[in-house]
Amino acid sequence: MSTPATKGIVEPAPAAAAPKARWRWRDSDILASFLSSKVTVLSAIVSVLLIGGSLLAPLVAPTNPFDPATVDLMDSLMPPRWVEGGDPRFLLGTDNQGRDLYSAILYGMRVSLIIGLAGVAIAAVLGIGLGLFAGWVGGRVDAFVMRVADVQLTFPAILIALLIDGVVHGIVGNAQRENTAFAVLILSIGLSFWVQYARTVRGSTMVEKNKDYVQAARLIGIPAPLILLKHVLPNVIGPVLVILTINIALAVITEATLSFLGVGLPPTQPSLGTLIRIGNDFLFSGEWWIVAFPGLTLAAFVLAVNLVGDWLRDALNPKLR
Amino acid sequence: MTEFPLIEVTDLRRTFDVSKPWLERTLARESRQLLKAVDGVSFHIRKGETFALVGESGSGKSTVARMVVGLLEPSGGEVRIAGVPMTGGSHAAERRRLRRRIQMIFQDPFASLDPRWRVGDIIGEPIRAFGVAENRRDVTARAGELLRLVGLDPADAQKFPHEFSGGQRQRIAIARALAADSDFIVCDEPTSALDVSVQAQILNLMRDLQDRLGLTYLFISHNLAVVRHMATTIGVMYLGRLVEVAPARQLFAAPRHPYTRMLLDAVPDLAMSGRPRTPVQGEIPSPISPPSGCTFHPRCGLANDRCRAEAPAPIDGVACHAVAEGRVPELRASA
Ligand SMILES: Nc1ncnc2c1ncn2[C@@H]1O[C@H](COP(=O)(O)OP(=O)(O)OP(=O)(O)O)[C@@H](O)[C@H]1O
Ligand code: SF4
Ligand SMILES: [Mg+2]
Repeated sequence: MSTPATKGIVEPAPAAAAPKARWRWRDSDILASFLSSKVTVLSAIVSVLLIGGSLLAPLVAPTNPFDPATVDLMDSLMPPRWVEGGDPRFLLGTDNQGRDLYSAILYGMRVSLIIGLAGVAIAAVLGIGLGLFAGWVGGRVDAFVMRVADVQLTFPAILIALLIDGVVHGIVGNAQRENTAFAVLILSIGLSFWVQYARTVRGSTMVEKNKDYVQAARLIGIPAPLILLKHVLPNVIGPVLVILTINIALAVITEATLSFLGVGLPPTQPSLGTLIRIGNDFLFSGEWWIVAFPGLTLAAFVLAVNLVGDWLRDALNPKLR
Repeated sequence: MTEFPLIEVTDLRRTFDVSKPWLERTLARESRQLLKAVDGVSFHIRKGETFALVGESGSGKSTVARMVVGLLEPSGGEVRIAGVPMTGGSHAAERRRLRRRIQMIFQDPFASLDPRWRVGDIIGEPIRAFGVAENRRDVTARAGELLRLVGLDPADAQKFPHEFSGGQRQRIAIARALAADSDFIVCDEPTSALDVSVQAQILNLMRDLQDRLGLTYLFISHNLAVVRHMATTIGVMYLGRLVEVAPARQLFAAPRHPYTRMLLDAVPDLAMSGRPRTPVQGEIPSPISPPSGCTFHPRCGLANDRCRAEAPAPIDGVACHAVAEGRVPELRASA
């Protein structure tokens, strides 16, 4: 057939039309949908403040609460500044060791976030990859992956963490414990959370792969990995984003549990979860702030991230826009 | 017209394994179940012509289409395009070159366009895949041309598929099919998901493009009125076999196979001949356990013992014992 024929029939497209439309998309569609939801904007601001504040903790926090040299036991159990008996140096009061709670929250949240995000990232990459692969290939490979997933579900995160901890321990010995705690936590969270991604993605992949748009891509010889990446993945990623946001919260909580049980971080570098646990011991003796502020921070973070995730899911789905 | 056909399909076969899972099957002491979706189909299409496959649902039309374009591996037989066999070990390089000439338009325009892709990228995909144009500006320009060719606005390239109606989406699918200068287009019921008023527009566009660009179509439909509008040659399928192949004019004027006659009798007064319309009798049997002999015999008024025992071989385009034996009454000559 004939390119000349096609070319002859049609006149060249007006050059201005395309770039203009492109510009409009970049600057307005997604942005407008974002700005139109006040809740989303608020959630995004809260998320950014919390994430930013914690990642930049060494720069923003008034003190380094985990440096024993700066902590004075005489300052312990001070209430927040605005409460009677509060000290102007400690905005949110101090804990039982005299650490500034505001700084401790920022530092603790940083630890929690890094572990949670890294763990969830491992889980998501592993789960999405296996889900796409199993759903696409089907048959025995699929059955095998899904049976492994079933078995995996019978192991709670804590058991996996203990297992990994034991193995790592055996290899590097007790002395390295502090240095490996981080990696053990991240790996444990990654290995316990992947199943949900794999199942969701595998199910949707099996639906999508039979749709004609996938056939149309196969027809022109697009290789399977590219079809999975460019066609199937964008069509199955929506629910994953929601799981992702919920999982970040779950991961932070899991990390706290693990730390509580002694598999996690040493007391010298406590996380947000550890702070809550410490605060819990003082709740009934009247020092409410030690548990309240880390708890509120965690709750606000979880809620905000979830709301942003919901918006993202809708925004990424062109049908809802 | 070229001497050798562009498309040659020879004794094409496809079976599907529809057995229950192994464990279940063994426990129930059932044997393997095979479904012969396509059972020895042969036809050829010359360049610039339209070969239409008609038949009731489940007769294997889509399965033929998917094998012809290479989406499905045949269990037997051969598809040749421009003389090159599309399966088997040799000719790999030529096949790759030929792939570019083959495109498919699907039935459901709501499923055949990736909902997450912009129209410009959907049309651009084959342009890039086959290296028709490389850089962004050229691809955009070409996509714009194609949109205009199918009666849409080049600015539509920025939109998503869901912003279009069914007819417009099918136009986009056509634009994509033409994007890499393909000249053989397999259309699997391209209009049956559309409103009647839109169907005619799409069919006219397809005919128009065929005339302008010299396209060759394999056109699948269960609607004889649509086929009449499009086809050069018509093949009637029944339970995985071609029961009659004839030039369109001849098939409508003088259908020979009893099944073809049954289908035509059901069409509302197609020839304006005043003959009464008779609805299609009976139902297509399950292809898992097809009737013996001529698979049409349970529904055929002319069936005899030979029909029940022996499958008829095609003679002069018709596979029917009664036709071969001259037992079929002449059809009203005027029709
Ligand atoms: N992947 C498959 N696995 C098992 N059976 C199949 C498969 N694809 C098709 N079939 C069977 O093969 C037969 C022919 O199917 P096909 O889709 O080719 O029919 P068709 O003529 O296109 O029908 P329709 O008009 O409904 O599209 C049907 O009985 C169908 O159930
Ligand atoms: S072969 Fe026999 S049963 Fe089959 S269509 Fe012809 S007459 Fe009818
Ligand atoms: Mg079909």
